[in-house]
Amino acid sequence: MNYTFDFAPVLAAWPMLVDGILGTLRMSSLSMIFGLSLGIVFMLMRMSKQRTLKAIAIGYIELIRNTPILVQVFFVFFGMPALGIRLSGEQAAILAMTLNCAAYAAEIVRGGVQSIRPGQIEAGRALGMRVLDIYRFIVFRPAIRAVYPALCSQFILMMLNSSLMSSVSAEELTYFAQTLDSQTFRSFEIYLTLGIIYLALSQFVSIALGVLGRVYFSYPAK
Amino acid sequence: MIRQFGWGEFLFLLEGARWTVVLSLLAFTVGGALGLAVALGRTSKWAWLRILMATYIQIFQGTPLLIQLFFVYFGLPLLGFKVDVWVALTIGLSLHTSAFLGEIWRGSIQAVPNGQNEAAAALGIGYLHRMFDVVLPQAFRIGLPATISFLVNLIKGTALAALLGLTELTRSGQLMANITFQPLQVYGAVALIYFFICIPLTYCSARIERRLNAAR
Repeated sequence: MNYTFDFAPVLAAWPMLVDGILGTLRMSSLSMIFGLSLGIVFMLMRMSKQRTLKAIAIGYIELIRNTPILVQVFFVFFGMPALGIRLSGEQAAILAMTLNCAAYAAEIVRGGVQSIRPGQIEAGRALGMRVLDIYRFIVFRPAIRAVYPALCSQFILMMLNSSLMSSVSAEELTYFAQTLDSQTFRSFEIYLTLGIIYLALSQFVSIALGVLGRVYFSYPAK
Repeated sequence: MIRQFGWGEFLFLLEGARWTVVLSLLAFTVGGALGLAVALGRTSKWAWLRILMATYIQIFQGTPLLIQLFFVYFGLPLLGFKVDVWVALTIGLSLHTSAFLGEIWRGSIQAVPNGQNEAAAALGIGYLHRMFDVVLPQAFRIGLPATISFLVNLIKGTALAALLGLTELTRSGQLMANITFQPLQVYGAVALIYFFICIPLTYCSARIERRLNAAR
């Protein structure tokens, strides 16, 4: 092995990497927020008694969960212009990740909602709570609390998946790394650094979300 | 003259799908064998081995598959190996698989009641026989649904091979989309092929899981 490692050009480009980290975090956070909201809609459809709504939700969820996210983003980025909708790389990335996340979030949240025993809802009704309050305080919040760890790992998974969005020129971490690669040809050093950054990011996010969850879901002790 | 996306073009995609299946099976077989070693290491009595395997798993679960593949693809030549894309992808995907299956199977091994292990030890059965004849057959049942779900993830993961230039299903789709200028139809068809490869597995996994839960 006669290769001299040289991390200098990689480290010299740190502002680019910081931009990339911010891009990655921005895209995955937005997709998670949109995806979770859309996912709750699909979850409600999935659990509704109406056959058509249920079938649409199941079809959507299974279609998304059984196809690669790379193909989904290609479909959005290259396919949508044929329908007259032209999206930038980042918009396509966020849209694809949102659609992807919605399917997974729907199933995760459904698990949480199903863990709420009917007696709880009946108790709320017996106490004269309004329907919306019952849903908010008795169904959703405990349900989200129950599946919070799963949602966190879904978020981390999506953050890692966002690396694929470089292929539609969305400006996230891997995109900048590939730019740097074509400028410096230091592939090995770059991808090693990139791996370390992603590892640090996922550890950091996992801890941060854990703390956030402990604060937000600390009721009724609060 | 621009080609239309028709039956012949669809067959070209199916041709690509064959390599998706081959790559998935290769990675699943090699990765499964490695994953068993990872799971056994992760549940071993030596703390250093458990920590080592936990780190190994953490690294693969904390970095994107794409970066892992790039790393192998660009890293191996530095060690003096001339690798073509098939070898690099098989190695990369196998390592990825071994970490994930290792973690799934660690859970299954630990889910087998410890009395089984202790009883076998009390009967004087050695480690290998205890594992392969007593613990693992029971762990296999518990871990089967998650293992199949991971296989679905792996099949979807092989789509990344397209970004390294291997002409599997997704890459065939890219090529076909460039020839026909009908990306909507082409990527739709690609997605459907993946769907029909994966859905039987997903269905199987859900069914086995339901049956296992019912038995409990």
